[in-house]
Amino acid sequence: MSKHIGNQTIKFDLPPSIIETASIVGPKEGKGPLARYFDTILHDPLWGEKSWEKAESKLVNKSIEKVIEKANITPEDIQYIFAGDLLNQLTASTFGIRNYDIPFFGLFGACSTMAEGMMLGAMTIDGGFADYVIAEASSHFCSSEKQFRFPLELGTQRPLTASWTVTGSGAVIIGKNNNPPYITYITTGKIVDLGIKDPMNMGAAMAPAAADTIVTHFKDTGRTPNDYDLIITGDLGYVGKELALELIKKYNYDIENIFSDCGIEIFDAQTQDTHAGGSGCGCSAVTFCGYLYKEMKNNKWKRILFIPTGALMSPGSTQQGETIPGIAHAVVIENQLG
Amino acid sequence: MDKIQNMKNEYQQMVKKTSPNSNLLRDSVRAFWVGGTICAIGQLITNIVKSFGYSKDEASMIATIILVFLGILLTGLDIYDSIGKYAGAGTIVPITGFANSMVSPAIEYKKEGYVFGVGARMFLIAGPVIVYGTITSVIVGIIHYFI
Repeated sequence: MSKHIGNQTIKFDLPPSIIETASIVGPKEGKGPLARYFDTILHDPLWGEKSWEKAESKLVNKSIEKVIEKANITPEDIQYIFAGDLLNQLTASTFGIRNYDIPFFGLFGACSTMAEGMMLGAMTIDGGFADYVIAEASSHFCSSEKQFRFPLELGTQRPLTASWTVTGSGAVIIGKNNNPPYITYITTGKIVDLGIKDPMNMGAAMAPAAADTIVTHFKDTGRTPNDYDLIITGDLGYVGKELALELIKKYNYDIENIFSDCGIEIFDAQTQDTHAGGSGCGCSAVTFCGYLYKEMKNNKWKRILFIPTGALMSPGSTQQGETIPGIAHAVVIENQLG
Repeated sequence: MDKIQNMKNEYQQMVKKTSPNSNLLRDSVRAFWVGGTICAIGQLITNIVKSFGYSKDEASMIATIILVFLGILLTGLDIYDSIGKYAGAGTIVPITGFANSMVSPAIEYKKEGYVFGVGARMFLIAGPVIVYGTITSVIVGIIHYFI
């Protein structure tokens, strides 16, 4: 029987297990509401390195090291790494894992990368192509500011719709069907672009993609919001979340009571001055690897829909007046099967 | 095609409605008092320098140099960006803002070396100001010549 259902969804016959997760975050994230869920909190965003880029690669390297150590296996047991970041040519990831002797797939899905890695990883496991794979994603506030916005020391004001790139890396090991939690369904997103041009309002650019993927997921699987304990997007922030809710309502689904966003959870907007919320590949990655995974292990939720969102732009495309295409991928994580 | 365009227009209206705007009055007040204070400090320096017997032109030149130095110093000490975050245009418009816009990329791109890092990227933000400032001064000069 085909595992592909509806238009964009895959239902796994033998859902792969999320064996273990690891998360490392920067000092600001370590002062946020989710601090107690993270494995390592840095005191210095440079982490003893000479550049922000090197620091981000170290995040990648150490989170992978940590997750392998926590799972009590060896790097030789891992058949593939699926990883990505926001830096040009994925240097944070490639430089970070160059000393591991593990086959590597580099991914760019902007801030949706964590889901992309988990989806491809789960498919690889379900397809019988590997016993263990790692999905990893990272971002660093300072390297992102440098590449996408302004030098750190420039005295500028951020608009209220702007988000704050999370410094952090999250890594998961996905393996064959074993203990919960499991990845049971994935709904791969399409690129959706409703003409938003403002790179300081990425929540607005990504909200239509998130809404599209969530609605498609319900249609493909026949499930409804009632089937989930939590529906959590990656980094829509306050503005994007509001917009996504409104868009989803148009399709007669009401998810308001169970809907949240990693970018909203990770910072305290009142005291941490993060405006629209957290963003970046690291935002959904560390929120999943820390908060969501651990609370699923505690059975706080039995079934969640995790939807990392990405704004697929570059500084050059923005300067050329291009609009910002958005993408969102949905991953269903459940504690019980059948 | 029209349907898609309508959807886009409708969504952009939605975004406009949902996105919070900056507090224009508060930001203006802050820009005014901080920017004004920087100018007052400049005037104070000018007056003090003049009291040492320098001419008005010499005194303004010295005041400019001191303000630029202060802008650079506060940028290097990781203070100017915080003032800038508070004051916005109040710290961008005065000459201290120009100093900040040169030095902040110089610090950021030091890792890329002194030639293509510091040297080339230093003008990342100030470059357009210099280019269009020079063009404007030429135009004003020509107008001045004929009037």
